[in-house]
Amino acid sequence: MRWIWIDRILSLDRGERCVAIKNIAAGEDVLFDHFPAHGDRPAQPVLPNTLIIEGMAQTAGILVGHANDFAEKVILAKIGRATFTADARPGYTLRHTATLDRLDASGAATTGVTELLDPATGEATPLATIELMFSHIDHNRAGLAFPEHNFVFTSQFMDLLRDAGVK
Amino acid sequence: MAMTQDEVFGKVQEVLEDALGVDDDEVTPDAKLVGDLGAESIDFLDIVFRLEKAFDIKIEQSELFPENVLNDPKYVNDGEVTDTGMEELRKRLPHADLSEFEQSRKVEDFSNVFTVDAIVKFVQTKLG
Repeated sequence: MRWIWIDRILSLDRGERCVAIKNIAAGEDVLFDHFPAHGDRPAQPVLPNTLIIEGMAQTAGILVGHANDFAEKVILAKIGRATFTADARPGYTLRHTATLDRLDASGAATTGVTELLDPATGEATPLATIELMFSHIDHNRAGLAFPEHNFVFTSQFMDLLRDAGVK
Repeated sequence: MAMTQDEVFGKVQEVLEDALGVDDDEVTPDAKLVGDLGAESIDFLDIVFRLEKAFDIKIEQSELFPENVLNDPKYVNDGEVTDTGMEELRKRLPHADLSEFEQSRKVEDFSNVFTVDAIVKFVQTKLG
C-alpha cells in the first residue's frame, strides 16, 4: 500500500496555501473495518478521522516543504487541534485547504479546513478544522541521527506536484 | 498603552492552555512547563509561535529556550553546566530564576527553570 492520502493537488501558492483533494472509494480496505456490520447494524463505511488528518498533514507538509524548495525534512510534530463535524463517506471527495501561519528555521505551523464535496450536487460542506505543527528535523535532532537524503518528500509526492504542474 | 502584569499573565495562560491542553487553574505562576504541565520539546516551538501571535512580537526560539547552550561542550561538562555555562545562561535568560538550577546544574534538570512566571517575565521584557 502506498501511504498517500491525497489524490491531486489543485493549487499551491508558495508559502501561503495548498489545496488538495482525496476521493473516497468504497473499495478502500480501511473502509471494510471502519465500521463493519455488527448484528442487526449494517456496515457503516467511513474514512477514519485520523486518516483525514494524515491527508491534511500531507497537504500542509507539501506547502511547508515547497516554501524551502524541499531542502528541509518536514515531519508532522503535533496536532494542535482537530475538530470534525461530519462523516467522510464513500462517493464523496475531501478538499483539504492548508494555510501557512508561521515558518522559521525550526519548523512551521499551519491551519487547515477540510470540506466534503458532494459530486451529485456540487455542494461543499465543512467537515474539519485541523491545526498542525511541523518540525524541520535537521534543526531539532536532539542528538539523533537521520539519513542525509530527504526521505520525507518521496517520488509519490513529487509526482503529485509534477502532475499539478508545480515547479 | 503598556499591558499590566495581570493582562500579560492572562494571555500567557490562554497560550499555555491551548498549546498544552491544560486547564486554566493548572496554569499558576509557579507551575513548571515540563514537570507540572507536561510540555514536550515540540511544545516549546508551539508556545513560541503562539506567543508571537498573541502579543504581536517576534521571538527567536533560542531566546526563550536556549537549547544551543546546553548542547555546547563549551558550556557543559559531564552532563553538568560549567561556570562559564551558568554565566552564559544568566546572560541569555534574564527572565528566569536560575537559583534552584544553580544547585544541581544537571542538564536534565534544566527544564524546571521554565515556569509560567518565567514566560510572563520574558514577554514583559519583549514588550518593553
